[in-house]
Formats: sequence, C-alpha cells, structure tokens
Amino acid sequence: MDPKELKRVRLVKRIAQEFPDGALVNLGIGMPTMVANYIPEGRTILLHSENGFIGLGPAAAKGKEDPRLVNAGGQPVTIVPGGCFFDSAMSFAIIRGGHVDFTVLGALEVDMEGNLANYMIPGKMVPGMGGAMDLVVGAKTVIVSMEHVNKNGAPKILKKCSLPLTAKGEVDLIVTDMAFIRVTKKGLVLEEIAEDTTVEEVLKATEAPLQIAGKIGRF
Amino acid sequence: MKPILTPEKAVEKIADGASLMASGFMGCGNAFTLIDALMKKGSRDLTLITSDTSFPEVGVGRLVCGNRVKQLYASHIGTNPVSGQKMNSGEMRVTLIPQGTFNERIRAKGAGLGGVLTPTGMYTEVEKGKQKLSIEGKEYLLEPPLGADFAFIKAETCDTFGNCFLPMATKNSAISMAMAADFVIVEADRITRPEETDPEKVTIPGVFVSAIVKAELPASNLQLK
Repeated sequence: MDPKELKRVRLVKRIAQEFPDGALVNLGIGMPTMVANYIPEGRTILLHSENGFIGLGPAAAKGKEDPRLVNAGGQPVTIVPGGCFFDSAMSFAIIRGGHVDFTVLGALEVDMEGNLANYMIPGKMVPGMGGAMDLVVGAKTVIVSMEHVNKNGAPKILKKCSLPLTAKGEVDLIVTDMAFIRVTKKGLVLEEIAEDTTVEEVLKATEAPLQIAGKIGRF
Repeated sequence: MKPILTPEKAVEKIADGASLMASGFMGCGNAFTLIDALMKKGSRDLTLITSDTSFPEVGVGRLVCGNRVKQLYASHIGTNPVSGQKMNSGEMRVTLIPQGTFNERIRAKGAGLGGVLTPTGMYTEVEKGKQKLSIEGKEYLLEPPLGADFAFIKAETCDTFGNCFLPMATKNSAISMAMAADFVIVEADRITRPEETDPEKVTIPGVFVSAIVKAELPASNLQLK
C-alpha cells in the first residue's frame, strides 16, 4: 500500500472506532465510504443511504447488479439483513429528525466554531448540496474526515470558513491524516495525533487555534 | 378505472413551457419510456423538477442535454456536467434546493400545507430572501410548497385503479410527486387487475394517479464499469 493510502486507512480506522454497536451511520462519498470496511469486530452498525434505505451493503457482485438498488451515487449495491426501504420524505425525516447517529463527510474548509464548507466553490464547482445540508443539521454527531491541508499545503482548519457554508456550528469531530480534533463551545481541542507526526507539526498545519488535551493520544 | 394510454398519447398535453416532476435518483426510478416519448414529442422550455439530473444520456439527463429545460429545480447536478455548463452559460436557470427540503416542499403541496419550516439551510446561501420563524426557541426557514402540471412516476406494478408498487430504492421522490402534480402519469412494468393487488403492499394510492402507460424501455440507469 502506498504511504498516502496507508494514512487514509489509519484515518478511517480511527473514525470507525467512534461507532457503538447498533449505531445508524450515513457515510459521504469518497474517503468516508471507506469507513465501512473498518468497523471493529463484534460491532454491528447499519448504514443509511439517503436515496431510500437503511442497511446499505457492499457493492453488488458483477452480473448481480439490480437497477432498482443503487446507492446515493448511483452505483449498484446490496442491502443487508436488518435493512429496509423507504421513500425520500421518510429518508430525510430520519435525517433531519435526529435519528441518524453519525454522519461522516469530507470538507473543503472547517473552522473553530464548527462551521463547515463542503458543497461549493463559487465560479468553479457548483454541483448542488444534495443531502449534505440536511445531514449536517440533522445527524446527532457530525464527523469531518479530510486531509489536514489542501493540495497546496495550506490549512483547511481555519479561524473562519471563507467558502459558502453547508451549515453553521454543526461539526463535532474533525479527523484528518494528522489529528483527531473535538469541536467544543470553547474552541477546538486536539485530543490525538497520528503516529508519524508531532503536536508542533499539527499546530503548524492548522490556522485555527488548538487547545491541547491533557493527555495526547496516538492513532 | 384509470385510462391506459400509449406513451405518445400520455405526453400529448405536455406543451412548451409546462412544468414536470420526474421521480428518480441518479436515474434509479426514472420513467424511461415516458421521458423517451417526451423527447420525441419535442416540448421545450420545460420547468423540470427532479432530485438530480442523473447522467447525460440516462433518463431525465436526456431532457437537459436535449435542450428541453428552461428552469430546473434540483438538489444535485454534479453527475451530469451538461447541467452545470447550461447553468453557467445562463441557458438554463437552476434552483438548487437541499434534498430534504426539496421533498418536503413537494409533499407540502400534495398534502395541502402552506409550506414547511426547516432548520436546513439556516445561515447559508439557502436562507437568502426567505422568511424565518422562531418556534419554541429555535429558528427555522419557511419554505413554500412546490407543485407541477405533470409528474412522471415509474412503478413495477400498477393496477387499473392506479394503485402502485415501487420496489427497493426506486421509491425516492415518487410518492411526494404523485401527490403534488395536477396530472400524474405512471409508467408500469406490469398493469394488473385490482384483484391481484395486496392492499397492504401499495406504495402510492391510486387516488393520485391520472393515467397509466405500459413500460416499453428497460431501466438503463446502471453505470457498469
């Protein structure tokens, strides 16, 4: 596995540990989707697919694809025992009504007040928010999963988001290839760092002020 | 008893400038036969209300790529690059709505409600120009109902009273849209006798359905690599 992939695996493994047995979880497209592969043994979680079911399973095997059963990205998937189908009104009632325990999404920017920008870059990328705004407002715990810095090496954890917000003050945890950060009313708290970095390096790669937890864990 | 029409006859009244709801999610649950018939009819300047614009050549994506849409209401257009191009060039007006709000606005129309109050979109671009209401100490956006002249619904079975069964993930926005449009056309894989319907397994009550068409085209939404 290449080093970048190893870092991603470490990150998603850390996120997977947050889910207690029986949790209902919605995973965003991309890196968040990988979290499903690293649920600790002995725990069962159910995945919510916002296009209309609980119990999202692995991709459908070749030749077994069913056009009636796709995930929110349109790819053919499966449903696991314990799952059920419903329509979009129910799906988003489940989301907005606070019945989804965790949502994991990527971010363009996140800031010290838990504000999230992840759905558009004006003039460049305007695909629409899809279900992201509802998920971030509705899920009990919002976990941002992302690279700590952008392609140019600039921090993505800012004092204040500059891009249009997806939601205000809804992010609970930020997990990156470098750090595990909790959003609190008093600001961001660095609780854990990746095994190949240091607190100093994390601080350097973060624009927002970070409080350092009494005991820093490693992941 | 609901009229059973040919696809051509069913879309006959969808004139230039009409508003159309099309259920489906990334093409899953699109009414492929009806969309094909509407493409052939050639109606233009449509207002299209659909969760997403699918992929360029799949289902509702064809309406966008075929220059049939003047105004689009959707929550996501990222999988059909032509939608973004037409939005940026000004050729198609696009109103992007959070997915949950999109569905509730349509459901509100069909349920006779004056709108919905939602926390989704507060403190974002979505709140611009909208009324806010404080209910029990929490702020909400007032989102108005959303209806249409026509709706295209895809069902696996539809009996002659219009009772539909929609399997798996094809339900998505179909129930809300069937409630919210003036003339609702169901495209069914099988048109059945009412005696064959288990009343416990009806996804959309027949009361909302205006006409039924037999599906002629297979679902072509799968993006197989």
